[in-house]
Amino acid sequence: MEEILKFFMEYKDMIFIIILSIFLGIEVISHVPAVLHTPLMSGSNAIHGVVIIGAIIVMGHAEDTLPLILGFIAVILGTLNVVGGFVVTDRMLEMFRKKK
Amino acid sequence: METITKLIEFTSEISILELSYIVASVLFILGLKKLSHPATARAGNLWSAAGMTAAIIFTILFHKKDGEPIGNIVWIVVALAIGSFIGWYASKKVKMTAMPQIVSIFNGMGGACAALISMMEFPKMQAALAIETAPHMLCGEAIAILLGLMIGSVSFAGSMIAFLKLDGRIGDIKNPVLRIINLTFLVVLLVALVLIMFLQPVEGNNWPIYVFACAALLYGVTFVMPIGGADMPVVISLLNSFTGVAAAMGGFLYNNQAMLTGGILVGSSGTILTILMCKAMNRSLVNVIIGAFGVSAAGGSEAADKTVKEISLSDAAVLLSYSQKIYIVPGYGLAVAQAQHLCHELDNLLSSKGVEVKYAIHPVAGRMPGHMNVLLAEADVPYEKLVEMEDANNEMANTDVAIVIGANDVVNPAAEEDPSSPIYGMPIIKVLDARNIIVMKRSMAAGYAAIPNNLFYHPKNRMLFGDAKVTLQKLVAEIKSL
Repeated sequence: MEEILKFFMEYKDMIFIIILSIFLGIEVISHVPAVLHTPLMSGSNAIHGVVIIGAIIVMGHAEDTLPLILGFIAVILGTLNVVGGFVVTDRMLEMFRKKK
Repeated sequence: METITKLIEFTSEISILELSYIVASVLFILGLKKLSHPATARAGNLWSAAGMTAAIIFTILFHKKDGEPIGNIVWIVVALAIGSFIGWYASKKVKMTAMPQIVSIFNGMGGACAALISMMEFPKMQAALAIETAPHMLCGEAIAILLGLMIGSVSFAGSMIAFLKLDGRIGDIKNPVLRIINLTFLVVLLVALVLIMFLQPVEGNNWPIYVFACAALLYGVTFVMPIGGADMPVVISLLNSFTGVAAAMGGFLYNNQAMLTGGILVGSSGTILTILMCKAMNRSLVNVIIGAFGVSAAGGSEAADKTVKEISLSDAAVLLSYSQKIYIVPGYGLAVAQAQHLCHELDNLLSSKGVEVKYAIHPVAGRMPGHMNVLLAEADVPYEKLVEMEDANNEMANTDVAIVIGANDVVNPAAEEDPSSPIYGMPIIKVLDARNIIVMKRSMAAGYAAIPNNLFYHPKNRMLFGDAKVTLQKLVAEIKSL
């Protein structure tokens, strides 16, 4: 029990952010029309590409060859997620625009 | 004196970095908010992209770990360039019909990225703990690493399977035993996760997480394998939220607020989106995951000996030309045949003859919710002509002809009439209310969900067999020659 409380105290800020973000995520998209489901999924798909920051951090502090290679791959994969996600979403939304 | 200025410089860089993360988080939130309204959606996407760019650039410039700045910058930039080029090229080249596939792939890449990060962080953490001679690895760091590894791997493997299924390269394995295996598998994974944390840290002893990663990958495969191809959009949305959580685990690990908010935001909004998608199909998420579709799809098979009526091209042309109001009900078959442009041509031609032409869009027409709107918009069909299901159903009674092109399940009356049908309760486009129905279809084969459709045998309905594109071409020519 004490361990759990200690764990909670140690990470309380992050736990706070996590809980608030959960509610925010639900609130922000709860009134989305069905038409936008696909672009929204694709757009949020791009946002979780933020994981690339982690890849950059790992790679930026890698010294041996293996971590360097893995980090290199991780950065490429993360960039694919980010760039691909945003470009595809933009392409979809562009179609909605053009029609006027 | 020198050290003091260095100290100030050091802290101000960190402050700028943290500030950029706050800006990025706010841009993510505003971006998502804007993405959920048609008028602002495109701007919203750009806002999130701007937030992401800022976070990436400021991380490279200002991130410090124990006072050490980011190294290997050249290699990082090379990797960024390679990734950007491939990502940009692939997204520009992909056909609109293959949209779900590409989203699935990009999602998998994010999951793999999260898993790789964990794979690299675990040995470091273990080495650090070994030096402290800690008795076990029970700490927040280990939880974040292991969960990131597990969720990221599942998301990667699952997305790849979803991609292959959508692309029609692999079929479904519908074996009830698989459900039990999956459930057991999940429990085993979670137990393994806890057990790894109880291990005594020994530097270089990394085999447990390699085994763990392989098992998680395998679970990703068996998790998606039994789910029907028609449910892949829901699965992708679910895996999308998984990847979000995996990214957030990275944020937890690095105490990085941008990753944390971005990841959790996607995790929670992705879950809600998944549920909304299920609702649009009148299914529960559990139902989708367990895969009830197709398993009990025997209902309605007595239709086999009924007869269908065909309509000739010239009859169809006359019928359409002398109608007052027509509803086109497009389905994925239209998209597969790349016939959306011809469809628009038919629409223009008929409109010029004074026929009122509209499109009735089922929320899950196509392969993803909203997919059909994107495809028709690509063919320059005006937005006002795309009518949502409920409004279309209200107008159906004073519609002369409903033309169903390449759609099947979304017009299947079994959803309303047959309680034993697996799609019973799903809202459909009520083409039966229209005075005439023409169904364009390649053959009498069942739809994507493999459910028989009694609409085809209805006395009001007439079939126009053939590839949607070819048939539409002939039909347009026929109407022109009238």
